[in-house]
Amino acid sequence: MSGVATLPATGARWRLALGTGLLCALGLLVVVALLSLRIGSVGIATRDAIDALFNYDPNSYNQTVVRSLRLPRTIIGLGVGSALAVAGAMMQATTRNPLADPSILGVNSGAAFAIVNAIFFFGLTHPYQYVWFAFLGAGIASALVYSIASAGRGGATPVKLALAGAVVTALLGSWITALLLLDEQTLDTVRFWLAGSIAGRPIEVFWMVLPFMATGLVGGLLLARQLNVMNLGEDTARALGMHTGRLRLVSALLVVLMTGAAVSAAGPIGFVGLAVPHIVRVFTGPDYRWILAYCIVVGPLLLLSADIAGRVITRPAELQVGIVTAMCGAPFLIAIARQRRVASL
Amino acid sequence: MIRPALSALRGGPVLLDLRLGSFASFRINVRVLAICLLLLVVVIALAAWAATLGSFIVPLDEVVRATFSESTRQFEFVVVQLRLPRILSAILVGAALASSGAIFQGLVRNPLVSPDIIGIQAGATVVAVFMIVNGYTDRYIPLGAFGGAVTAATAIYLLAWKGGMSGNRLVLVGIGIDALLAAGTRYLIVKFPVQQAQAAIAWSTGTVYGTGWFDVQVIAVALGELLPLAIVLTWQLRVLQFGDDIAYVLGMRVEPTRLALILVGCALAAVAVAVAGPVGFIALMVPHVARIIGGPMTGGTLLLTALLGAVLLLGADIVALHVLPVALPVGVVTAGVGAPYFLFLLYRANVRM
Repeated sequence: MSGVATLPATGARWRLALGTGLLCALGLLVVVALLSLRIGSVGIATRDAIDALFNYDPNSYNQTVVRSLRLPRTIIGLGVGSALAVAGAMMQATTRNPLADPSILGVNSGAAFAIVNAIFFFGLTHPYQYVWFAFLGAGIASALVYSIASAGRGGATPVKLALAGAVVTALLGSWITALLLLDEQTLDTVRFWLAGSIAGRPIEVFWMVLPFMATGLVGGLLLARQLNVMNLGEDTARALGMHTGRLRLVSALLVVLMTGAAVSAAGPIGFVGLAVPHIVRVFTGPDYRWILAYCIVVGPLLLLSADIAGRVITRPAELQVGIVTAMCGAPFLIAIARQRRVASL
Repeated sequence: MIRPALSALRGGPVLLDLRLGSFASFRINVRVLAICLLLLVVVIALAAWAATLGSFIVPLDEVVRATFSESTRQFEFVVVQLRLPRILSAILVGAALASSGAIFQGLVRNPLVSPDIIGIQAGATVVAVFMIVNGYTDRYIPLGAFGGAVTAATAIYLLAWKGGMSGNRLVLVGIGIDALLAAGTRYLIVKFPVQQAQAAIAWSTGTVYGTGWFDVQVIAVALGELLPLAIVLTWQLRVLQFGDDIAYVLGMRVEPTRLALILVGCALAAVAVAVAGPVGFIALMVPHVARIIGGPMTGGTLLLTALLGAVLLLGADIVALHVLPVALPVGVVTAGVGAPYFLFLLYRANVRM
């Protein structure tokens, strides 16, 4: 009966369909990654791009461009996209708030603020030095936003969280500005980074942040079942014997780890963590095991696409990927806000 | 004819009813009026003090003489050409932002909403930055900023409308629009050559540095028209606060009135942005403080709000310029004061939102 077949929910066929979908997304990601190696102010043939990976000829100008500029950029994009998307999905699960995202809740700006301070006061220049500051800043900002928003009647509603996040972002942004105005040297170092960019970063940056991102991603996947239970609601989860406070704390730490690492590598890139989980949910339904797995693939897919778009739109100049994601992601925020469920929360 | 109203006897505010013939009457809250006068004195005193401050110290009597009659050429140059435009700009920008905030907070009936949070200032900013980058003359920037503000407000209103208006939806849509427009501004600023980047970044935080007599003229003329209009419209604003249905029953043409209020609020925010960039948190914080001091929104309270905004922004600029070890844009100081205040309000918010 076709009526029965349209009820997917569980079962081997549904799992098979989701698995196939994940493989398709992975294939798409490979294509986009290749495009990211090819497209830019210098167009490079696919042959050259593939040769640069597997059959590197240091005498070829094109292959050198791929190897030294576009490959690091693409790999950093892969890591940052996954980390931000999973961080966003986990925030949405634990705050039970469809608008949660590292940039909207001010976690990104916390990390960015701490990094600018580290550069300004301690003269740190390498991500492996300031990544710890990023964790500290992200942690403090998320704790501040969450505790302010959850005080008072009604708890941490989407509107209160978004307002607290926006104001913390504005405050930290103006302090960052003050520091930048005091010191042209710092300004020059972080000007492009602050807009959110994966360009011009050496590959070492990626190796540096990889352990933190990997911890966050694996930890997130391990917590997926608990997040599913949490999604039933605070009371139900407790009744089922779950330590909701402990789960919140652990996932907040993982989110801070992933966000801090992503901001250290690429600056504050917004809205990837908001949009990707919502897009993914359309296909996977509410099961966080699948949502997180899809986020790991679709996050970089989106980030790299945005980065490629940034290279194409203002050719031969480049648009920072953080600006592209904000321009595409902000309408997403508006669309979610228009759903009745959110506004009435 | 003036007669004190009876409410004072019942422990309420001391009110004066003022009748001009048979066609107009005002009710004046004596307390609000007194506070307004006090604030006016404070503004003038602060302005006079600010004019004496700086690396070149001008005695107070020379400030007065340079402003109103004649002084030495040196004093006149420093006071009239350098310091007064900045001081007056700060005063007028503060007044414009605060009254704009009061109008929007009244319209949305939500004290946590203001043009700097929901993207109206961002709309003015992105157009102004675009015009600065592309070398338009200063003359057109206020107009362009106004266009940006109105466009942003219209977009927010239309996108938040869904078979009715909800304050929460408006806030969320506004934050989205703000993020979108801020990304546009960032894009324009990144495109600046490095030499201009610092100026652009300072401007995008809000600063009255480098304002001249032309800026003062622009904002004084705009404020001279808009503030009286806003004060007249506060009566309508109060009726609107009962809700659309009741306002309609009371015989008000709801949508045209709302449109007029939005336009006035946008224009006030836009001239402020055109002169000083997007100074944050004045529009958010001042109306709230003014309501605590002056009570519910009336024409008098709006005047009080404007004066309080002037005092606060001038004070913040004095702190930014003279108290801190290095001169900073005034927007940094207003954010440093305003953001914690706002977070405190949110922390204590007993409205369900």
